[in-house]
Amino acid sequence: MNEIWQGLLEAIKLIVSLDPEILEISGRSLWIALSSCLLASVICLPIGGLIHFQRFAGKRTLISLIQTFYSIPTVVIGLFVFVLLSRTGPLGGFNLLFTPTAMIIGQMLLVIPIVLGLTISALSGIDKVIPDTARSLGAGSFQTAVVVLKEARFAVTAAMIMAFSRAISEVGLALIVGGNIKGFTRVITTTISLETAKGDLELALALGIILMFIALVINLVLNQLQTR
Amino acid sequence: MPLIETVDLCQKYNGHDVLKKIALQVEPGEVLSLIGPTGAGKTTLLRLLDLLDTPTSGRIYFAGTEVTRSGKTRSETRRKMAFVLQKPVVFNASVYDNVAYGLKWRGITRNELYQRVSGILETVSLSALRDRNARTLSGGEIQRIAIARAIALEPELLLLDEPTANLDPISISRIEKLIANIIHQHKTTIIMTTHDMRQGQRLPNKVAVLINGEILQTGSSRDIFTSPHNQEIAEFVGTENIINGVITTSEEDLVTINTSGKIIEAIADYPVGEEVCACIRPEDITLANSQAPSSARNSYAGKIMQVVPIGPLCRIEIDCDFSLFALVTGRSVEELDLVRGKTIYATFKATAIHIIRRER
Repeated sequence: MNEIWQGLLEAIKLIVSLDPEILEISGRSLWIALSSCLLASVICLPIGGLIHFQRFAGKRTLISLIQTFYSIPTVVIGLFVFVLLSRTGPLGGFNLLFTPTAMIIGQMLLVIPIVLGLTISALSGIDKVIPDTARSLGAGSFQTAVVVLKEARFAVTAAMIMAFSRAISEVGLALIVGGNIKGFTRVITTTISLETAKGDLELALALGIILMFIALVINLVLNQLQTR
Repeated sequence: MPLIETVDLCQKYNGHDVLKKIALQVEPGEVLSLIGPTGAGKTTLLRLLDLLDTPTSGRIYFAGTEVTRSGKTRSETRRKMAFVLQKPVVFNASVYDNVAYGLKWRGITRNELYQRVSGILETVSLSALRDRNARTLSGGEIQRIAIARAIALEPELLLLDEPTANLDPISISRIEKLIANIIHQHKTTIIMTTHDMRQGQRLPNKVAVLINGEILQTGSSRDIFTSPHNQEIAEFVGTENIINGVITTSEEDLVTINTSGKIIEAIADYPVGEEVCACIRPEDITLANSQAPSSARNSYAGKIMQVVPIGPLCRIEIDCDFSLFALVTGRSVEELDLVRGKTIYATFKATAIHIIRRER
């Protein structure tokens, strides 16, 4: 028990003293998770809009399929990206494996179903009279879609935040496609995993606290959005 | 040339006929009120006219051009109209932005946009709330925003779907004044729906009755309310006295009708033996304690069954072997001592009766 308290104290010291290694790892984690979420959003918002506004056969099945992928294990996506980017894989020529780019691609694939599915849900939650009102005021198809997306902005932002929390807290994918290379692909979760295995609890606990703090901030922002 | 015209317009949902061969012509500057009970197809018709939906069959012409199906013509034409939907919703934005949306989509310059939106907000008395989020306003205020953003577009045709439904009496009066103002100042062509027949009478200059997806009668509000074409319309427009009978004599437009053994005289041209309904508006019936000589052709003794106060008036139900409803002032009730069970004489003129053929 004493050891844990000692570790916690050391961890707080590391955070307060703005330890360069802690800052570097946390910064990388944030950057990779943010980039993957932004890329996923750029892809998913128009596709989500398209799925919501268009009528086609199998729409419900497609949405169910997307929702099924919410809980896909991170190691499965990691394995898929690994195969894709490994030297013998179809994209092996780009030499991306064990780079932050590979981690961004992997996390992006991981959160795409979440952003896409929750965007469709957010758009479905908008009163059906809104698009009719926009059209009756002279909006074209694109302008109507923008109006509906604008109305769903808080729910869509919440979807992006959910995706960010999934990306920053995952470990399996980051280990498989990032390789946990010190100073290059090491992120909060992979460091915690490694340092705990090594028995170096101070650094692991310090990063754990930072991760919890990020989770807290995410929750606060989400709560704020839900009250709008 | 009519501003908007429909030819044999039909709409089906799940095999059910919602609109049947609607033929409508509205001239520029005309105000048409579509009245009909809930579920008659009024909203469906307005949605077709605003080109939000495509009809199952039939054609729509706007200023002489057919606009029924062609995608590009439809969106261009829609921009010449404005539609205030039933239960309007506002965008999650300020009152100002809500009114500005449609103008922005038309590429109006910022300066003109500001001028127009400010002017309209003044007209609908919402200037003080311009920066408030529209979602935080009351039902009446939201309705005014909906009308404001429609008239801000200066449409050639304004479609209003039940503009005062679910509003309190003060808001209803405000909205009606606003519509009357639009009619008076802008001379906009308006088609509005209502299930409130009195509103249909108060506002427009032409009324069409839509029942079960069919336009059964079109004419001036006076025509519709005093001379309904059939029993269904008579019931809808609130003709409380619809008395069934058979024509017993017919001479020079004067007919006598046998109803429950009593004879009613009316001005109409129907052959002997025809089954008819005699429609009498309750306000055309006068009541007296004794049968005084009068030019009125119909006078019957009856027992008062019920006295129901309605504002300053009272609705009296009399049993004269057939039920008769009369509308009199509260003062008359006091002076004549009209109480339940009392025998009274109900009198009405032959010209106050509108005769329609009975549907079998």
